[in-house]
Amino acid sequence: MDVNQYLEIFIEESKEHVQSLNESLLELEKNPEDLDVINEIFRVAHTLKGMAATMGFNKMSTLTHDMENVLQSLRNKEFVVNSEIIDLLFDCLDALESYVNIIAETGSEGNKDYSNLIKLLGEVNNKMRIQTENHVETSSEGGQAEVVSEPVLNLNQYDKNAVNKAHEMGLNVYQITVVLDSACVLKSARAFIIFRVLEKYGDIIKSVPKVEDIEDEKFDYNFTVVVVSKEDKQLFINEINAVSEVRDIIIKEIAFIPQNVKAEENVDSSSSMQKINTDTESESDTANTASEEHSAANRKTRTGKTVRVDIDRLDVLLNLVSELIIQKTRLEGLAVGEKSQDFTETIEYLERITTNLHDAVMKVRMVPIETVFNRFPRMIRDITKELGKEVNLIMSGEETELDRTVIDEIGEPLIHLLRNSIDHGIESVEERRKMGKPEVGQIFLRAYQDGSDVVIEVDDDGQGINIEKVKKKIVEKGLVSKEIVSSLSKKDVIDYLFRPSFSTADKITDISGRGVGLDVVKTKIESLGGVVDVETERGKGSKFIIRLPLTLAIIQALLVVVGEEKYAIQLSSINQIIKISPDEIKKVQNQEVILLRNNVIPIIRLDEVLEVPKEKKAEKKLTVVIVKKGDKLSGLLVDGIIGQQEIVQKPLGKLLSGIKIITSATILGDGNVALILDVNSIV
Amino acid sequence: MAAEKNMDDRQFLVFRIDNQEYGVDIQKVTTIIEKDMSIARVPKTPDFIKGVINLRGEIIPVMSIRKRFNFPEVEDTEETRIVVLKTDEIIIGIIVDAVAEVVRLSDDAIENITTLSNDVVMDYISGVGKINDRIVTIINIEKLIDITQA
Repeated sequence: MDVNQYLEIFIEESKEHVQSLNESLLELEKNPEDLDVINEIFRVAHTLKGMAATMGFNKMSTLTHDMENVLQSLRNKEFVVNSEIIDLLFDCLDALESYVNIIAETGSEGNKDYSNLIKLLGEVNNKMRIQTENHVETSSEGGQAEVVSEPVLNLNQYDKNAVNKAHEMGLNVYQITVVLDSACVLKSARAFIIFRVLEKYGDIIKSVPKVEDIEDEKFDYNFTVVVVSKEDKQLFINEINAVSEVRDIIIKEIAFIPQNVKAEENVDSSSSMQKINTDTESESDTANTASEEHSAANRKTRTGKTVRVDIDRLDVLLNLVSELIIQKTRLEGLAVGEKSQDFTETIEYLERITTNLHDAVMKVRMVPIETVFNRFPRMIRDITKELGKEVNLIMSGEETELDRTVIDEIGEPLIHLLRNSIDHGIESVEERRKMGKPEVGQIFLRAYQDGSDVVIEVDDDGQGINIEKVKKKIVEKGLVSKEIVSSLSKKDVIDYLFRPSFSTADKITDISGRGVGLDVVKTKIESLGGVVDVETERGKGSKFIIRLPLTLAIIQALLVVVGEEKYAIQLSSINQIIKISPDEIKKVQNQEVILLRNNVIPIIRLDEVLEVPKEKKAEKKLTVVIVKKGDKLSGLLVDGIIGQQEIVQKPLGKLLSGIKIITSATILGDGNVALILDVNSIV
Repeated sequence: MAAEKNMDDRQFLVFRIDNQEYGVDIQKVTTIIEKDMSIARVPKTPDFIKGVINLRGEIIPVMSIRKRFNFPEVEDTEETRIVVLKTDEIIIGIIVDAVAEVVRLSDDAIENITTLSNDVVMDYISGVGKINDRIVTIINIEKLIDITQA
């Protein structure tokens, strides 16, 4: 076996641990006295250290080790938590994170050693190192030694000989029983890591269950090994404790076994036992139970019965479901006009199953948006500190689920929007005081599901968008003349903010103001099939609203005919379908419009937009598909309607990716291809 | 078998347009299909992109070599084929009059030509291969499918 196969687990878990450290540290910053939080941080840092050491990432483990020293002193109340220490610890977390990232990319931890951080940690620690050494010693002996039912190990003659031989050579023989946490997902991987640790210091001469069985996960949560080593017992306890998800270690010495005496008895009488809790070195019993409860609660939210699956495999699965749906649609087409009731019933049943199957597969790909949100509190803290503003981030709806592909992409635009809110939106403390607002600004980050969409809002109580300032900028940039700008609606003006290289910030900061923010946000969201909207009120704040489709691959669409060609329009963007006579189309400033319940609606002739080759013929009735883009309605003139269908979106490929008015294509029941229109870029 | 041959040899798929023979690197050819499915026209594309087809569930664009080379277009025949090519990132089908055979050419049998003529075709050619007295024009696929270079 090769340690590299656990690299992925290591990276995933390290990321989780760093994230939870971040959260705990933020918590600590708010409640510096909270011993539970310090304990939690200590516990996680300790686990991280052990993991890094096992994987051979020495720089990472050195850094965590030094962090641990500082935390240890904090725990002993030798030093009070202050912002200097918090900042230092945050810097260490960043360093750890960059280690993990480098490991994820290259497989090794690189050569950056952050010696400055280690030095600072050392300095902090020296200031307060008074009784640390003493303390570690007393606690590691741990008043918590307790006797548990002792595992019985039957040694056969061969084993006995080996034990005796070891003794003759002056080596120690230990019987070690390791109990893994019941939340442990990859038991055999853990066991392997422990085996590796043991083999570093000695030889394993027996294992119960057998090594093969452990590899196949054919064991409960414990296993027992006999190790021959010259090392001390305490070393094994420490090393195994450093591996995460180990609940208990029971270790005892096996003495020389005289040939005629029964092994078990001997083992019993000569053994000394010790049980150490995973939460080592706890200060007091109360603190210990508290931190245990804490960690138990944490575990619960994190695990559950899960399988890690490569996203590619899910893509394959989804593709197969897509194929199935295409064939189902085809069968439905064949069933039209079919008299046999059995046949139609079967088709209906098939329809239900494929729909359920699709839902199930989509659900598998869903990830709670929490995975994106939970890094924001830390980010907000850093930005506000840098800008000298005070902001309270309130998040809700973290459990809202989105497709994995969307989750991977949504982080960056959200970061842009949050930075924007802090930099442009929230005023400085003095300004807020002057305006009679609470000094601490508030940013709400909300996620919720709305029909087949997921909505994410970034809502601040800052100064709002200065429409007049934007207008001035529009004129300055020569985008629109002064006369026209005054007639622009608020919404039109805001739209300019989403144009490339348009920034209204008076001074350029690191955070925003380079004018590469909002247009990037818009492009990204649109590439995910979503839209961005803004609501803003001067002096009261702005709200950016992102609307994303729940699923990307399979959509409900309306199939229309233009000339001889078939096109699909996403159903969610359709308002209604109407029939009109040709003379209802009026011309206003060269733009064809119709009146629909006293609303003027521009008409777009799809055959012209799509350059469809066809002869013009006079129709008595025209079919208009009314589509909506935000609040705006437009009418698409088509030659006919085929009907509503569930279609599978297929990418057009890189070569044709530049065509704006087409988002993708789909395969119809007859095997032909229909293009899916991008309503947003047509209207 | 192949290993016994000269390692410098490369294999080319030879296809015909009019009576001219062209070759593409066989490594880039994924499949050859009959042109019996309908092609969905895609708006806002150069005229040599005929549209997209459904190739076993995958959407791939199709290019007319004749249009690309400024040759007059002809009716499809029994022999018309779509040769599906794949480069690093792009899959594309090219419509050819007929597919002839696979030939093996050593590097010295391919002549680099850069200054033969000013023909449109020249832009998409990487060399000319000679087999006895036949001449096979070797196509540079990367240039052929670079549609920004229309």
